[in-house]
Amino acid sequence: MSRSNASAATRVSSFVLLIIFVTLALALAALVLAIYLYDTAPGVAVYWLLLGFIGLALSTYVLFQTRQRILRLRIEMPPITTTIECKKCGFKSVREFQRGDYVFKEVEPCQKCNEKMIITAIYREVREKGKAPTFPY
Amino acid sequence: MNIVAALFVLKNQLLQFPGGDIFSQILTLIIYAFIFISIFYGQRIQLYIMLREVEGSLYKLKYIRDEGRRIAIETIKEIGKPQTDPSARVDRFLEYFTIAPQSLDPAGVVWKLEHILDVRDTRFKDEVKLLAPAADETQANNLENTLEAAMALNYIYKVIRHYYLLGKKTLSLYIIMQIQMILPLVMREAEAYASALKAFAYGQPIGDGVGALVAAKLMHGHQTRKVPKDCVVAEVPFEGRTAYVIKAEGPGGNVGKPGDAIKTIIEENEGKIANIIMIDAALKLEGEEVGEVAEGVGAAIGGPGVDQFKIEETILKYRIPINAVIIKEDIGDAVSPMRKEVFEAADKAIERIRQVILERTREGDKVIIAGVGNTIGIGQ
Ligand SMILES: [Zn+2]
Repeated sequence: MSRSNASAATRVSSFVLLIIFVTLALALAALVLAIYLYDTAPGVAVYWLLLGFIGLALSTYVLFQTRQRILRLRIEMPPITTTIECKKCGFKSVREFQRGDYVFKEVEPCQKCNEKMIITAIYREVREKGKAPTFPY
Repeated sequence: MNIVAALFVLKNQLLQFPGGDIFSQILTLIIYAFIFISIFYGQRIQLYIMLREVEGSLYKLKYIRDEGRRIAIETIKEIGKPQTDPSARVDRFLEYFTIAPQSLDPAGVVWKLEHILDVRDTRFKDEVKLLAPAADETQANNLENTLEAAMALNYIYKVIRHYYLLGKKTLSLYIIMQIQMILPLVMREAEAYASALKAFAYGQPIGDGVGALVAAKLMHGHQTRKVPKDCVVAEVPFEGRTAYVIKAEGPGGNVGKPGDAIKTIIEENEGKIANIIMIDAALKLEGEEVGEVAEGVGAAIGGPGVDQFKIEETILKYRIPINAVIIKEDIGDAVSPMRKEVFEAADKAIERIRQVILERTREGDKVIIAGVGNTIGIGQ
């Protein structure tokens, strides 16, 4: 579903990304500096440490958020299967849905007995992603 | 080890009173500033956060709407083979509205509503014929449904945009809060419509059609005839009884008017119907299983209420008992391609119908079994 015209909403401006990465780099630098200063001036090192952690948390959070937003914007299409059955010999075949299929449509003859086959089912199978929230009662 | 020690120092520093070194003074100042900002501008900040949240959803809604429009136009071009570009006409169609009849004096409002809906339906059909001259009846019905879903998406987008802009203009917390609070539900609905649109464009059976599927399974292999409006009926021998099985005519996207169909069959039999059983998809509550089958009494039919009204009128006149079998699914499942669980529930529903008929009627009786729902992708 992700075509080239996936609209401006899916793209995150490179400027924002740049800011995030610069913040990340500065935060890491602050952390390194804190460790470096720890022996000589522990009081100052503490503030650098604090600054570094805040910067780190903030930039990773924003990065994660933007990534999630891109993921959520896709409309995914679950695979839809068509089941074709032969009423006479019970031969069964499953294929992907094609435009024009409908339940109880007569389709091509059976490979085994040349009887007309019928579409008996069209459905999508949902793979539960993660577990849906449940309540034990 | 270093870090643990540093954290201890940090703790000591934070608990210090101002007046120590320059860093702790600055830190204290920052904390005070933060407290004052949250007291005086807290609500304002919250407001902007909410606005941003709505804005994000609005982007998504716009994307969904544009995708819907694109799919609709592509489908029209593919199967309708119009001479000119249908885009402008589709855009006009998306803005189409219907005004509900005045109900200040509610007597007779059902017939007014029915008339308005009929006019709307005819108008839509004509419009689709103009848009897609090469489409056959099934395809035209599917296109009509596709366009209706695109219309719904367009409307949702515009309403949310309205409140977003209004909130931004007035900076009223309550306007923004209202929209932000219902946003998760609105998004769910929009996503459901988006998948419905795709199902309609391809002609795939949707979850709502499970009632029609049950009827189709019962009537398959038997002679069918058309009844008003856009419905088919088959006389099926069922456990020694005669069952009139009714569904909307498939496989095009169509709900028909089961109210008229049931009325016609009852009147054909001069009211000598022992029982009516209606099968429909129903919204499940969170926590209930998809495809759960439940049973009750009453006319199980959704929509604007015209058909339910007609069925209730007719059965009251002849004092016919009415039972309902419902198959549970959530709003997303109801309008997106049918789930396997729902498909398999059709057989369970048939078993339930068999039980009801065995318990509630005698041999030789006549019963009506009506499968309600959009019959898209389901033949007979
Ligand atoms: Zn065969």
